[in-house]
Amino acid sequence: MRLRIEQKFGFGLMALILISIALFTPWATLNNGHIGIIMLSLIVVAMMMGFPSAFTLTGMGVAFSWVAYHSVAPELAVQQTLDLAVQRTYGVMTSDVLIAVPLFLFMGYLVERANLIKKLFHAIHIATARVPGSLAVATLITCAIFATATGIVGAVVTLMGLLALPAMMRAGYDTRLSAGVIAAGGTLGILIPPSIMLIVYSATAGESVVRMYAGALFPGLLLAGLYVLYVILMAKLKPHWAPPLNAEDRRVPIPQYLNPIMARHGKLALPALLRALFTGRGEMSRLNLFKYLLTATLPLLVFVIILGLAWNTLTRPKETYDTSGLVEMGFESTTRMPLDVDTASGLQEPPMVEEFEADGLQEPPMESLQEPTLMEPLQAPTELGVQEPPGAAPLGEPPAPAVADASGEQEAVERLPVSNAFWITTAVSVVALTALYLMLNFTRLEVFRMLLTSFFPLAVMILGVLGTIVFGLATPTEAAAIGALGGFILAAFYLAMERPEAERRRWWPSWIVLWTIFLSSIVWFILYQAKFTTQPVPKALGTASMLAMMVWLVLATWQVRLIPILKEAVFLTAKTSAMVCWLFVGSSIYSAAFSLLGGQGMVEAWVLSLDMTTLQFLILSQLIIFFLGWPLEWTEIIVIFMPIFVPLLAHFNVDPLFFGLLVALNLQTSFLSPPMAPSAFYLKGVAPPNVSLAQIFLGSMPFLGLVIVSMIMLYIWPQIGLWLPTVLYK
Amino acid sequence: MHTLLMAVDRLSTFVGRLFAWSIVLLTLLISWEVFSRYVLNHPHAWALDAQIQLYGVLFMMAGAYTLAHQAHVRGDVLYGGFSQRVQASIDLVLYLAFFIPSVFALTWAGWTYANESLVIRESTFSADPLPLYPFKFVIPIAGFLLLAQGMVEILRCVLCLREGHWPGRLKDVEEIDIAVLKARVGKDDVSGEAQS
Repeated sequence: MRLRIEQKFGFGLMALILISIALFTPWATLNNGHIGIIMLSLIVVAMMMGFPSAFTLTGMGVAFSWVAYHSVAPELAVQQTLDLAVQRTYGVMTSDVLIAVPLFLFMGYLVERANLIKKLFHAIHIATARVPGSLAVATLITCAIFATATGIVGAVVTLMGLLALPAMMRAGYDTRLSAGVIAAGGTLGILIPPSIMLIVYSATAGESVVRMYAGALFPGLLLAGLYVLYVILMAKLKPHWAPPLNAEDRRVPIPQYLNPIMARHGKLALPALLRALFTGRGEMSRLNLFKYLLTATLPLLVFVIILGLAWNTLTRPKETYDTSGLVEMGFESTTRMPLDVDTASGLQEPPMVEEFEADGLQEPPMESLQEPTLMEPLQAPTELGVQEPPGAAPLGEPPAPAVADASGEQEAVERLPVSNAFWITTAVSVVALTALYLMLNFTRLEVFRMLLTSFFPLAVMILGVLGTIVFGLATPTEAAAIGALGGFILAAFYLAMERPEAERRRWWPSWIVLWTIFLSSIVWFILYQAKFTTQPVPKALGTASMLAMMVWLVLATWQVRLIPILKEAVFLTAKTSAMVCWLFVGSSIYSAAFSLLGGQGMVEAWVLSLDMTTLQFLILSQLIIFFLGWPLEWTEIIVIFMPIFVPLLAHFNVDPLFFGLLVALNLQTSFLSPPMAPSAFYLKGVAPPNVSLAQIFLGSMPFLGLVIVSMIMLYIWPQIGLWLPTVLYK
Repeated sequence: MHTLLMAVDRLSTFVGRLFAWSIVLLTLLISWEVFSRYVLNHPHAWALDAQIQLYGVLFMMAGAYTLAHQAHVRGDVLYGGFSQRVQASIDLVLYLAFFIPSVFALTWAGWTYANESLVIRESTFSADPLPLYPFKFVIPIAGFLLLAQGMVEILRCVLCLREGHWPGRLKDVEEIDIAVLKARVGKDDVSGEAQS
């Protein structure tokens, strides 16, 4: 049998470990601590034998815990071992951290099967067409966002290997660069939150998932940014590696019916569409015109809603707990109010914003049925937010009687003055928005539309899940469940898009009705939270919303034939969760045995005896993890070795969060470094035959280097990772 | 012999897949609870315990299913390069040395553990308590299934040693099924997009 290089390496490592055990163990004075160290070395050997790691760990854990108990009280050993095993298992079964794992997996499998990667890649590719090395950049961005949403490295690398690799080869890109971009980009999925790896690290290290997510955000973006920069730089320095696209590939397809409008009303999208609305839309259907108008005004709408909510939050009176005693003060302030011009004008704003908000949020299912309310403010887009549109004044009236009615309630009578910073931000945003609309021609609008149906849903989903976790609005478990539901909704909508037009037309009415019912209570809730209304969501409406959602879920599952995909996602979720969680069962018994034997104490004593500085310790530990990444997978490395490293951190004054971020970056290399580089092998599995494994490895090397660069940057500027968690959770 | 292998595979797969659906229940339960708590301001005390139990059942019951379809992570660096006979002998030894004793211990201990809980009719510690003992019985049941699947895997090793190749397995959905992914990427849904 001829040995391949990775086998030589593996056998060499095994032999090395066994020889060191034989040589360095003081066999004459063997104590429990020594057995612990032997156990630790043996696990690496045992894992490389290729037996399912979860059971290797369980087996060794049970055996060695019996040894440990036996040395203390031989007659109780069996019972104690059994108790330990079952209690550790039960501990994993009731872990409130790991519960998020199956939910995130489920979300990932649903999104992955929603079949939007092709659209996503196409849209990003068109959007980045002018950037040097645009295809590679688009591949990286697609990989990063898709891997973040799904978290399934293998699937992302395989899909992109099928989709982007042929595209890059056709465009004359360097094979190694193309392969490296896909292998490295797909791997980002385990780093950028919300990722499973960060949960697994949190569960083993006892760190909070929330802090890990907040911390990993910027290092993840940093690494992705470094990758993109590298590609752009290479495309500039070596144009033959990434030749620019020809005009045909860069052309943005614009629908036929827009041509007359462009000819008649000019190339600027928003004015042209508005003029088309009043002075003839040619062959463009009314529905399409409204769709385009809605798309074009979306940035404005979002801006106004955010501004309104921010203003509302900033100026909300401090005394929110109105008692009857405060009424008089409230009246006083009412009389004083007209003197203050700023507040007076401000007062009229909330109802206006409310109008907008109701429009904006109910919009998506209704498409563009609400044109009249939308149109009025749009005629003077640039003035918005600085000057009050005249329409706002009458709208300001209605709440007044309501306030008078509710005796004693002086809700929102005096607004706090807004800081200058707010107005400066507003002014800057208005300038930016104006610039945006001055640049928004039909080509760009078309690109925006493409992104809107592929990039933005994913981005909103990821940011929604991540935002609610990081800002503490929901626990990771809750956010994960909502994310899974979001993944389901996403899959339903994307699959619906693939059904024939006629079929879809039949569904829309029921879908719109159900979604309107559902969203109505959400909108109400947001208004209630923003203190526009004092009435909490009525129970009847809430129940109706929940029922509507349920009905829609069942209806959509049946209509778009979601069952096969759902089944696959469910079964894969079960298998992968079982893989991760049984590994936890094993490692939790194993690490219990390790500490029972006093192995942890030995390791600590030994590490302290080396008298290392913090930097030396960090380099040593990261090197160990780096080398372990060659033969082992990240799950194994984390569940087995983190329980050993993390207790050492306190001696060196290293924050477990910071260490976790370094590990998370480091484990990127375990996917890319030969001989066991899952990413490279997934890619090889679908690459054209003329792409060799060696080329893929060589192509990944620069990215491997960038991972190390990012780790060094994180060490030099720990604020990259620690700033956000410190700001958020003081 | 072969029918026995397949029968146990099927049992593990059936049970695993049945309990796999608890992920759907879990998603709906938590989403519903989030809505109820935040929007309607009406939380349920039992929801958290129910979530934990659904999650625990999900992965425990899928253990044997995962083993039956070789989806447990394993160090592949050497194993993948071995001949099938060598693979089978390594597996055989390690199933006997690691798997059977520890899973048997877990099943045995789980049985006592669950029965202790049953005797006192243990329930969760909350305002609306849920019974806890059925959940604890998941440990011995999952352990028993794993044990059965492990025995079958040992038989497979023996068969492989005798015949020189691994006996067949049931088909199941794969995370990366290249044929399926190819079909999905090949579908031309982009070009028609702009005309809609």
